[in-house]
Amino acid sequence: MSTLPSSPDTAHAQQPGPSHSPLHAPAPHESGLKHTSGEALYVDDLPSPPGMLVGHLVTSTHAHARILRRDASRARELPGVHAVLLAEDIPGDNQVGPVVHDEPLMAVDEVLFLGQTVALVLAENAAVARRAAALVEVEYEPLPALLSIKAAVDAGSFLTTPHVIGRGDPDAALAAAPVRISGECMTGAQDHFYLETQASLAVSGEDDTVHLWSSTQHPSEVQAIVAGVLGVGRHHVVVEVPRMGGGFGGKETQAAPFAALAALGARATGRPVKVWLNRDQDMAFTGKRHPFWGHYEAGLDSEGRLLALNVELVSDGGWSTDLSHAILDRALFHLDNAYFVPALRFTGRVARTNLPSNTAFRGFGGPQGMFVMEEVLNRAAELLGLDPAVVRERNYYREAPAQLTPYGQAVEGNRLPRIHAELMASSDYARRRAEIEAFNKGSRWTKRGIGFQPVKFGISFTTSFLNQAGALVVVYTDGSVQLNHGGTEMGQGLHTKMRAVCAHELGVPPERVRVMNTATDKVPNTSATAASSGSDLNGMAVKQACEVIRERLRPVAARLLQAERGGEVDALAFTGGRVFLPARPERSVSFAEVVHAAYLAQVSLSSTGYYRTPDISYDRVAGRGKPFHYYAFGAAVVEVEVSGLTGEHRVRRVDILHDVGTSLVPSIDRGQVEGAFIQGVGWLTCEEVLFDAKGRLVTHSPDTYKIPAVGDAPEDFRVALLERAPQDSTIHGSKAVGEPPFMLAIGAVTALRHAVAAFGPSRTPVELASPATPEAILRAVEVARAAGALPDGKD
Amino acid sequence: MAPPDDDSVPKPLLPQLSRRAFFKGAGASALSATLAPSAHAADPSPPVLGPEPAPLTLSINGRTVTVQADPATTLAELVRNHLGLTGTKIGCDRGACSACTVWLDGEVAASCMTLAFDARGRKVTTIEGLAKGEALHPVQRAFVENDAMQCGFCTPGMVMSCAALVDRNPKCTLDDVKQAVSGHLCRCGTYPNVFKATLAAAQGGGKAKGNT
Ligand code: FES
Ligand code: FES
Repeated sequence: MSTLPSSPDTAHAQQPGPSHSPLHAPAPHESGLKHTSGEALYVDDLPSPPGMLVGHLVTSTHAHARILRRDASRARELPGVHAVLLAEDIPGDNQVGPVVHDEPLMAVDEVLFLGQTVALVLAENAAVARRAAALVEVEYEPLPALLSIKAAVDAGSFLTTPHVIGRGDPDAALAAAPVRISGECMTGAQDHFYLETQASLAVSGEDDTVHLWSSTQHPSEVQAIVAGVLGVGRHHVVVEVPRMGGGFGGKETQAAPFAALAALGARATGRPVKVWLNRDQDMAFTGKRHPFWGHYEAGLDSEGRLLALNVELVSDGGWSTDLSHAILDRALFHLDNAYFVPALRFTGRVARTNLPSNTAFRGFGGPQGMFVMEEVLNRAAELLGLDPAVVRERNYYREAPAQLTPYGQAVEGNRLPRIHAELMASSDYARRRAEIEAFNKGSRWTKRGIGFQPVKFGISFTTSFLNQAGALVVVYTDGSVQLNHGGTEMGQGLHTKMRAVCAHELGVPPERVRVMNTATDKVPNTSATAASSGSDLNGMAVKQACEVIRERLRPVAARLLQAERGGEVDALAFTGGRVFLPARPERSVSFAEVVHAAYLAQVSLSSTGYYRTPDISYDRVAGRGKPFHYYAFGAAVVEVEVSGLTGEHRVRRVDILHDVGTSLVPSIDRGQVEGAFIQGVGWLTCEEVLFDAKGRLVTHSPDTYKIPAVGDAPEDFRVALLERAPQDSTIHGSKAVGEPPFMLAIGAVTALRHAVAAFGPSRTPVELASPATPEAILRAVEVARAAGALPDGKD
Repeated sequence: MAPPDDDSVPKPLLPQLSRRAFFKGAGASALSATLAPSAHAADPSPPVLGPEPAPLTLSINGRTVTVQADPATTLAELVRNHLGLTGTKIGCDRGACSACTVWLDGEVAASCMTLAFDARGRKVTTIEGLAKGEALHPVQRAFVENDAMQCGFCTPGMVMSCAALVDRNPKCTLDDVKQAVSGHLCRCGTYPNVFKATLAAAQGGGKAKGNT
């Protein structure tokens, strides 16, 4: 019998106070009713414009090959086919690389991964398009392909030069350390598996313009890439995002090629064109979370305190650069996680393979870096016979300036000691750990384990100039409001939060604010909605735009209320859809009346807003700087049960205490914490991306690729948000939440190791691969059991 | 595993058009076609449809609609592309995610694994037909009140399964809810709130409507 997941702080979550502000209160999803009634429109749900064609990709069948011949003449003759386009049909640049220009939209003379686009078929429907695609002739001369990090390293195939961050003399410190641990570890790829696959609809208009509806986290980049491919100015391209059925980083750069193909098709045929990938295509053509290989040498004292750490990381970038640089940087920035290392050398490099180009995924390298550190601490605890939670606590950052991160930033406002104490108490960690030890002694085939995981995660794009955002707020004369901001909605609740910010600043009910589709003709030159920064950046821009309008309305309202004496104008309150002097609340005018009066008085009722994060920068060559505006903190206690017969496990209970500052909308932040944790457990335990020896993705559908389902969610899930924790210089004291809780799931690995170790004698070294699938766990259990086997073969 | 494939469920959620029934049916006819062509010829089977589009009349959300459809069209494609009912989502198109869940005679079915022609003579309910006019189904309301969605893409399918459960068993337990949504994938990880919402709807007296 399972228990209902509890939510300790729902009961006393702050209700909207007398101020009627929608901030800091639970709120229904901005599109909630539309989602439950099926009315919410995603790109593929938009009504088909008349004459719409289907764009179908013809892709390479080799991981690496020279193209000897391409012939689309037979395909073009098929009735219902309007065009088959090849690279030479591109009017502008055949280039969609977002940072480094190493990604042709369509291959010309060489293919670099299995699934690379070679031709685009435009046909009346999908069935005809598929038949035509089979008639496109491409002749290949296969070339040797690099299909693993190891193969790439051996071949000297890299996408970047090494990035090094160092401090002190780690080699000397290692030599002097009483305890030394070294080893290798791998973390695997992870498919985004957003439920809505990649989709774009392009409609061309007058003067070579094109309007796109794209499922993308980065409309401005799609706009720029489409303009480049078409060879037109960016002012000829509008990209609009209704909403996404999930993004998780997979639609940050990788929506652009499909949008560019749709736009190219629309330009070539004069017809609207939709490019929609089915699940198998989506999984085969798009990049995933970067697999990372790590090698570490750690030195500790006998109580588990870190003295020195050398780590070398190599990630698998796939066939092109994409965002691999920045992802590797973030992995290096998060190798330390929450712990001070006196002497260190962290080196990272991106390998180039002949696999899909790996890309952003929730955490953006952070989880992969952190995993290495947690592996070191877990091994240290196992070796020293210490509670892994104690080892972690001993290594937390203390105050600056004595302790700085490897790149020299102070860990200001470190909340981990407080979170640690509160969560240890609320989760009853010590008692449960003792109970588990007792349970394991009495249970031969089923063992339990408990793991504690703290997280410190840096908030800001580490490419500093990206930390900017814009908004456009439009008030109509009836007092209703349209809100445009630069962020996209992918399920993270950004629109709900931005609407709350806007309603709060203007003092109107949220229902009077309509959040518009994100569009490049409303808010230009935006950064991706990524790096957990959506609310931080756009929220400030929205606030600023609203303030401009409110301050213009203030004198108008003062006249209406005859409250124009010294100080009264500035004292006017805008709240609950009314404007009044707090000292005389009985005399008020409605927001709509003020707006109408302002219109008659020829006062502008719209404004843009803009924000950039102050004081952040990073010098990559020196490996020093302040790349982050602040840090988000959290911790989890995870309890699992492992079957030694099948290798299967259950997550029995999870307690999380997470720091989101003063939550903008607690119901959303709780959902983000829960969802991120579950997704992290997927990465670490059940999601395994496999390619065959030819570089073909074997796990290209939910039949073969297992994301967490109902039964994988924790049976007892207790999530709390840290109380009384406002953050300085952020939007209303809140903190970013999208990514940090993902890494709390590493606690499941610590718990699994605890359970696996219990199959062997005390201090059994655990050899657990990642992801910890049942196969991996079973192998680890067998190794542990073998360590305990007596010479005569008995257990 | 998912109720659709579990014979031990006393009242199967997919009594007639489960994935397995679909495969069994497809496999059986392929078998008879290859092994016993003569028997097949003697069989007074219904007239062969397709590959050209053929007229199809269906009852959808209480209305009778007639369309011309290719016999290979799935019910999911039909409602989305021919009828503009895009609330039914396609997440995998192979019966593995349940985003496309609709009701056939009040029982849940994966519309991507159901041929549109096989829905003849049955009452099809899609997410758009769940509310009675302006009155939301209690599960729809509870999903909003309990924030049981993030990106919302899996939500219509989840709502259809949970509503079917609450209608059939207003006294459902957490385990019943887990069973009912066990075939659904939600990448945003909204499972905890889906459980809460469905139980809230049941406790609030989700009224049983029987097979609508
Ligand atoms: S789309 Fe039908 S089960 Fe996935
Ligand atoms: S809410 Fe996004 S997949 Fe379920």
